[in-house]
Amino acid sequence: MALTAADVTIGDTRSLVLTEDLTRTQIVQYAGASGDYNPLHTDDLFTREVAGYPSVFAHGMLTMGMTGRVLTDWVGDGQLVRYGVRFVNQVWPGDRLTATATVTAIAGDTVEFDVVTVNQHDAPVVSGTAAARLRV
Amino acid sequence: MSVDRFPVEETHIVMFARSIGDPNPVYAGVPEAADTDLGRMIAPPTFAQASAQFDPDYPLRPQIGQRWFGSGATPTGAVSGNAGSADDADGTRAESGGNKGVLHAEQHFEYHRHIGPGDVLTATTSAGNTWEKQSKRAGTLKFSESITEYRNQDGELVITARGVGVQTERPVDS
Repeated sequence: MALTAADVTIGDTRSLVLTEDLTRTQIVQYAGASGDYNPLHTDDLFTREVAGYPSVFAHGMLTMGMTGRVLTDWVGDGQLVRYGVRFVNQVWPGDRLTATATVTAIAGDTVEFDVVTVNQHDAPVVSGTAAARLRV
Repeated sequence: MSVDRFPVEETHIVMFARSIGDPNPVYAGVPEAADTDLGRMIAPPTFAQASAQFDPDYPLRPQIGQRWFGSGATPTGAVSGNAGSADDADGTRAESGGNKGVLHAEQHFEYHRHIGPGDVLTATTSAGNTWEKQSKRAGTLKFSESITEYRNQDGELVITARGVGVQTERPVDS
């Protein structure tokens, strides 16, 4: 349900494990749904032998999509005003991803967050900010 | 990128939400969403990106009847098949493929309205700023921004998306 200003304080934080072990199949699901069929994400033969990577890797947008849940589970549906990230490091099959949102500001009917997703090495993979409307 | 018509549909939202691993009932189907506080199905926050399905010129989707730079019988279907070679006859560079070596650096969304089944969107993309930075790992980084405005069937601006691509002077070590 939608948050009110009474529900949040600067510094409040929530974390969510997005995946314990990212699968190639989930990457394929994302390619199919999003329409981004770049072989770098789904085609190991191309990615290893032509592009020179050790394996396929996830779309940055897949990680951004997965990360959004830490925000929407917290602020409620239909409340996000903005959400943006930088793609910091690649995400590989087998990665364990954890997203964390932290309240950085509350002003009127808007709450602002820092958001970061890290892998099993605690390295950030996406990092950004978001803002949501509070129910008054 | 320009999309003349992007119908937002229940099944597409269901499949997209599964792919990002979000079990929220608001994305699970129109009947399931009706039982939530919001009371209706809406799209997840990054769903607008799936407008690519309705972009006729989107380079990262195989086109029926045309060579595709991903693997089939050989590691790449691109004509020359040589990594790092010049553009093939059809303009597909084998190694970097449809995006010609540009990586996605940033993506931002502003939500003016939340979209759901029944909305029919248009997307208009324009170029934003470009800038350069020096990187120890990858040499000169050239950034380029593009702004996409999504409007609904009433002409209302629903989502403003800002994407930043980066082209590296040399490949970033993985």
